[in-house]
Amino acid sequence: MDTESIYMITGPIGIVSSAILLLFLSALLAPLLKNSQRFLINASFMSASAASFLGIAGGIWAVGGGYTNTLVLPLGLPDLPFHLRIDPLAGFFITVICLLSFCVSLYSIGYIKGYLGRRPVTRLVIFYNLFLAGMLMVVLADDALFFLISWEVMAAASYFLVMFEDERIENRRAAFLYMIVAHIGAIAILLSFGVMAGLATGFESFNGYTFDAMREAQLPLSWATAAFLLAFFGFAAKAGVIPLHVWLPEAHPVAPSNVSALMSGVMLKTAIYGIVRVTFDLIGTYPWWWGAIVLIFGLISAVMGVLYALMQNDLKRLLAYSSVENVGIILIGIGASMIFTSFQMPLLAALALIAGLYHAMNHAMFKGLLFMGAGSVLHATNERNMEQMGGLIHRMRWTAALFLIGCVSISALPPFNGFVSEWLMFQAFLLSPALPSPLLKLLVPLGAALLALTGALAAACFVKAFGVTFLGHWRGHHMPRVHEADWPMRTGMILAALTCLVLGVLPTFFIDWMDIIPEQLVGTKISASSGVYGWLWLAPVARERASYSGTIVFLGILLVVVAVYIVLHVKPGTIHRAPIWDCGFGKLNQRMQYNATAFSMPIRRIFGFLFNIREKVKLTPKGLSPAFPKRLNYYLRIRDRSWGWLYKPVVEFSFWVSRRVGRLQQGRIQAYLIYSFITIIVLLVFSR
Amino acid sequence: MKLYKFIIEFLQVAILLGIAPAFMGWVRMLKCWSQGRTSAGLFQPYRDIIKLFSKDVLLADNASWIFRFTPYLVFGTVVLAGGIIPMLSLELPIASTADVIVLVGLFAIARFFTALAGMDIGTAFGGMGSSREMTIASLAEPAMLMAIFTVSLASKSTSLSQMVHVVYSGQSVLRPSLAFALFAFVLIALAETGRIPVDNPATHLELTMIHEAMILEYSGRHLALIEWANMMKLVLFIMLGAAVFAPWGIAQTGDLTAILAAFLIMLLKLAAVGFVLVIIETGLAKMRIFRLTEFLGSAFLLATLGMLSFFILE
Repeated sequence: MDTESIYMITGPIGIVSSAILLLFLSALLAPLLKNSQRFLINASFMSASAASFLGIAGGIWAVGGGYTNTLVLPLGLPDLPFHLRIDPLAGFFITVICLLSFCVSLYSIGYIKGYLGRRPVTRLVIFYNLFLAGMLMVVLADDALFFLISWEVMAAASYFLVMFEDERIENRRAAFLYMIVAHIGAIAILLSFGVMAGLATGFESFNGYTFDAMREAQLPLSWATAAFLLAFFGFAAKAGVIPLHVWLPEAHPVAPSNVSALMSGVMLKTAIYGIVRVTFDLIGTYPWWWGAIVLIFGLISAVMGVLYALMQNDLKRLLAYSSVENVGIILIGIGASMIFTSFQMPLLAALALIAGLYHAMNHAMFKGLLFMGAGSVLHATNERNMEQMGGLIHRMRWTAALFLIGCVSISALPPFNGFVSEWLMFQAFLLSPALPSPLLKLLVPLGAALLALTGALAAACFVKAFGVTFLGHWRGHHMPRVHEADWPMRTGMILAALTCLVLGVLPTFFIDWMDIIPEQLVGTKISASSGVYGWLWLAPVARERASYSGTIVFLGILLVVVAVYIVLHVKPGTIHRAPIWDCGFGKLNQRMQYNATAFSMPIRRIFGFLFNIREKVKLTPKGLSPAFPKRLNYYLRIRDRSWGWLYKPVVEFSFWVSRRVGRLQQGRIQAYLIYSFITIIVLLVFSR
Repeated sequence: MKLYKFIIEFLQVAILLGIAPAFMGWVRMLKCWSQGRTSAGLFQPYRDIIKLFSKDVLLADNASWIFRFTPYLVFGTVVLAGGIIPMLSLELPIASTADVIVLVGLFAIARFFTALAGMDIGTAFGGMGSSREMTIASLAEPAMLMAIFTVSLASKSTSLSQMVHVVYSGQSVLRPSLAFALFAFVLIALAETGRIPVDNPATHLELTMIHEAMILEYSGRHLALIEWANMMKLVLFIMLGAAVFAPWGIAQTGDLTAILAAFLIMLLKLAAVGFVLVIIETGLAKMRIFRLTEFLGSAFLLATLGMLSFFILE
């Protein structure tokens, strides 16, 4: 073997491929172990975490070393073998996927045991492994065929995972909807590749379907636009961009929580990867308004996503809508980067791209953490409705603390990681006055204001999520016997929480590590750190312009808190515990607490015009006086407007068409013979 | 030299800690006078804080660690912010820890945890306060950012010391965009620090409280820390506004006379702003909560107008 082929096996691509093989292997072996379910869970999730660890190593290596490796497998079509390729962009997404899947696989060891004795989990184990393998293959794929096969493996595996508890009608409905939207998206992606491949080499050969050929091709603007719009539509459907998001809040909550964590945390990121790959790498040059499209859809998704999240009372549904928001934020970064690229401002483009990608990594970690936390709550209480919850912080100390870290991170509060990416994005936005177009000069800062609105609303949303779930008293009638998450679950969550903290406190290391991605895609790096103790200061443009040090914020707050605590506890003060002050009425009960609906009421009223809200209050008077009603019924329904505006007409239209077409089916043999006859005549006339 | 800078840094934080209650006393004193009441004097807030520190803590039965941790965290973030905003000198060693956006983030942490603490006990008041506070914050933050953007257009920086430098080096001229931004900033600062017409710091009437509702259950040293942090937050917002819109007086060098002059000018600024604050608070009534949308919306609009005028005129 020559050195090159050895390198192929031992280099980053070899490591990641072996991770994929390991995942396939455990999926294959799982049915053999189905008689000892407990062992199956331990073994297969351990091997999944081992595979993820390999993936992390390969990914970090590929980005850190700036390697580009390719591998051609002798599989696939005769003229089109499977092409695999790892470059820093792919390596970055592999790292993101594997970081989360490592934590989630450890978590699953504990979480899936909750199904023991209730239902066999073999199917879940098989599709979990296939799902991970599918995601990694999507990122590695270097030709359209392999990409779409991997895309389908990922989609189909996640479909079966959503369907896991298939006795419930909501699961079947959600999975069906998910399948439809995923396939409409896949068709669009296929067509987009078709356009690019056809213009690369013509439609006669398969050579055009490799990504290399697409990179080489010079597409005329009209066809490039068509390819971009198709790809954006397809990937946006997968990423849950509003208005293509309706499947997401249905499918993510009903899947088992470890799967929800992966679907929200990293599966959406494969779509982000697709958008970046197609625009920055495959097409390469584009007009500014493509970026504007991405930016505008990003803004709509961010603001609407968080507003819908605020309105939810189902904890996992809230998290799912919040994923829509975060995908929006990532797209804001990518869209801004595209705008800057098209105006030849590589530094700004690099900054915005880093911000978007960094947020992709952050969102994977904190959303994974939050879904794992929600899974622990579900595991412990069998409850997803926040209106029933409360006071769990006393019974689930670990879960509460870790969920809180997730909430702080996602609300973009320093010194955690969500803040870093939003701060970078603001810095990119602040530089927008350098843009030549006056319209953009004004619109981009307005976009930043919307981003600030999103951040603040997210904080409100997660005060609600944490406060209603974990604080106060239990709101339901009977408090179930709640137990804390076991150690494997805790370990998974602790690792994710630590990653959130490290990504927030030491961002310069990670940004220096991933700086090669913008260098390859937009042509320059941002070199985030500067001066002495450079790692301490995040200064993406210049130290005078703006700087941030997560480390000092973290240590500074910690120092003051500890110092004040010590000063105040030199003299041992006493703490008295007493019942809640009830203003002398004496009949305070847990139903009088603020609940989830009440918490979001002011925001619901202010932004109510964006929703389809039906609110009814019914008073049952007691005797004659209406002032002292016997009973009060409150009815509230909040719906997504996009369902009625966008989906219902399409559904109705397709039913209408199928009814019309259905008339052809007469059930009489004579009619069918006439159809055949007419067809033959038509063919004879037209195809000579 | 390095050590000297740190001494200045500590001096600034110490002055902030010391002066914040006096400023609160000043505002209350002026308010009493303007309403024809006898005031409790400039030093009453000190007596309040000392009294609270010496009292025992009374906790509700189901208060969790969040409730006990929040006062320390709120105090910590405000003190850290006090080390970053240039009040006396530009030569602060940790000034580049944070630009204005990070400062907004620091105040947001304090708010986030205060809101959680409000929900911890499980009374209706606490939840109501948290819900309202987060609503107001979510409207105020975009407006705040827009105002910051407008100002940073001129100085091409969001770092506070850089903004001050730009003014000192004479590169800045009087701009109409700054006037708009200042007006917007005043409205937002009133909302963020919980003053009339957004919130009434003196009320304990259940339907009008916002901030007070969240901290209603606190007592003893916990309450002392929160009250003290609030007083500092008011001073810090004024100092933030001063650094952005009227930085004259802040020492550029580290020598002692300049610092002393900076301190005296700072006192003058605080006294003047206190006067204006009292005029606003006496002249206006507290707004209904759903009128605040218009109030904060107009702040946003003003900041946007400021930005427009910058682009049109430059």
